[in-house]
Amino acid sequence: MIEVKKLVKRFGLKVILRGLDFHVEPGEFVALLGPNGAGKTTFLRILSSLSRPSMGEVQVAGYKLPHEAAQVRARLGVVSHLPLLYPDLTAEENLRFYARMYGIEDQEQRLTEVLEMVGLEHRRKDLVGAFSRGMQQRLAIGRAVLHDPEVMLFDEPYTGLDQDASEMLDEVLRSVAAKGRTVVMTSHDLARAEDLATRFDILSRGVIATSATRDDLKTTNLLAFYKQSLES
Amino acid sequence: MQAKPTALKVLDIASILVLAISTYLALFFAPTELVMGAVQRVFYFHIGTAWVGLLGFILAAGSGIIYLITKDMKWDRFEVAAVEVSTVFFFLTIVLGSIWARPAWNTWWTWDPRLTTAAITELIYIAYFMLRQGIDDPERRARFGAVYTLLGGVSAPVTFMVIRLFRSIHPVVIGAANANQEKMSMTPDMRVAFFFALFAFTVIFIDLIWHRLRLGNMEEKVEQLKLKVSM
Amino acid sequence: MKRSSPSLLKATLAIVQKDLAAEFRSRELISAMLVFSLLVILIFNFALELDIKVRQSVTAGVLWTTFAFAGTLGLNRSMSVEKDRGCIDGLLLAPVDRSAIYFGKAISNLAFMLIVEAIVLPVYSMLYNVNLFRLDLLGVILLGSIGYTAVGTLLSAMAVQTRTRDVLLPILLFPIAVPVLLASVKASNGLLAGAEFAEVLTPLNILIVYDIVFIAVAFMVFDFVVEE
Repeated sequence: MIEVKKLVKRFGLKVILRGLDFHVEPGEFVALLGPNGAGKTTFLRILSSLSRPSMGEVQVAGYKLPHEAAQVRARLGVVSHLPLLYPDLTAEENLRFYARMYGIEDQEQRLTEVLEMVGLEHRRKDLVGAFSRGMQQRLAIGRAVLHDPEVMLFDEPYTGLDQDASEMLDEVLRSVAAKGRTVVMTSHDLARAEDLATRFDILSRGVIATSATRDDLKTTNLLAFYKQSLES
Repeated sequence: MQAKPTALKVLDIASILVLAISTYLALFFAPTELVMGAVQRVFYFHIGTAWVGLLGFILAAGSGIIYLITKDMKWDRFEVAAVEVSTVFFFLTIVLGSIWARPAWNTWWTWDPRLTTAAITELIYIAYFMLRQGIDDPERRARFGAVYTLLGGVSAPVTFMVIRLFRSIHPVVIGAANANQEKMSMTPDMRVAFFFALFAFTVIFIDLIWHRLRLGNMEEKVEQLKLKVSM
Repeated sequence: MKRSSPSLLKATLAIVQKDLAAEFRSRELISAMLVFSLLVILIFNFALELDIKVRQSVTAGVLWTTFAFAGTLGLNRSMSVEKDRGCIDGLLLAPVDRSAIYFGKAISNLAFMLIVEAIVLPVYSMLYNVNLFRLDLLGVILLGSIGYTAVGTLLSAMAVQTRTRDVLLPILLFPIAVPVLLASVKASNGLLAGAEFAEVLTPLNILIVYDIVFIAVAFMVFDFVVEE
């Protein structure tokens, strides 16, 4: 589903990603872990077509970036730590706007469906500006799955959420966003990543340093694995 | 550090020489203009600096377009060099023009099309540097710089056209003279001084751009070395 | 579920409608522009001693200065709203042509500016007892506002991505927008002084040329401004 070969990303002279290889099978849920400044967000921005690779090949859902960006965008949903919603519009108006931007037909039906999925049907006429952080993030997930994407990217989705909100978001991520889709997530929250993901890739110094599947971690836990990979 | 290339050394000396010759031609060789007197001699340098100022502006817009197409940072460095050098020359043009204007029109400054356009162009340059200063990512800085020089390059001629709608008192030196504008006629000796000044400032311009480009390349090297040391 | 990438026109319309709906709810942007405009006119009143004689020659200048200042306020805000909550990424992630984002934002900005102008003009007319509601003058104002927002939208997209974004937009915009402001003042002045339409044709032509050229240039370079 995602195929990255020898990806290099430079900002001026600074090299952020140095020949990164990355591969995701359809249906996998990959957690991308690593220290600050390792290039996780940059990598996700490249996968989401917001940033151009300096060198290397990137393929998402069978289309090459950056040349076939429009096809990739139509098959991609992104949830970041910012909700990407307009506070002066209601929940339903926000979704309607994005539905139009994605060219979705039967807008109203899909809108209701999505609002029900993220549990905000009763608040559909309320302004997003009045929503709590957790509700905004749930609506952001609704926004991201509106066009039923094949690939989902989560960039630190838990930032700024308290324990309850995080748990609720977990539930929505699992049942709505990840179901039947291919997912790549970056997070600092190892415990949540351990719960959700099927594979764990450690990004360090611009490359994937180590990778382990859920089965590989049976004898050890994620935290130990994470520490060990960064030390080596 | 790379040694200064021989060609550049030669060009440095040539620049000093042509500047000296041009000064001689302007101050002693050319005859004194009948109407305006000795102050008219400032005209040769005024035109010389204005010409390279304009040349730099056009080159900057051109290299901006090439940068946007090729994304090669070399063109960004050329654009910065061209803008920097012509900012200085344009400033000189305005100052020299003022010196000339004081006795000729009895005022330091008039809102004449050429003067005003020159001033606005200078402001576009200044805005250009402020824009670049506010951006950390070198690629974004280069992209925005290129877009802005392009906009400036399109806007400046239109500005000139618009201000021309207001009456002008600036003498038309070359090209069709407006019937109600004073036309300055040049004697052959004046022509020599005039064209030599154009030539001299073109040489100086190329020399300075070359120096600025070399400086840009060295800055880049320093950054690279710093990065290597910090890792 | 059926979906198809929306056309340029549909995406542009979606953005315009979104902006207008948000603005009609909060009224943040238009009310700020409006109050600011009235304050500028008030200051001009004292600074220039706008008695009948002076007024005739400076009305066009006062109006366009006011529109230009209020315009930067609106342009800056309209783009900051997209940038602050990452909404610009949301727009860029949609499978639509980038030009739709430019045209959408430019048309909303133009709408905001025209709304403010539509309120300022009658107020000015009432305060100073001149009739500014003339079809030819409104035409000049429309042409001038189109050129101003065409460049302003592009430059505000650049300004919000810099560290000095709060102060940068007017510095970038004014020198580039000089032709449009001067031609607008020239044409408005002529019309207000009772000149024939043929006499203001030259500044009008320049306005039209500026509008077309800068919409075309902005359309071509907008990709470079929003893409990394």
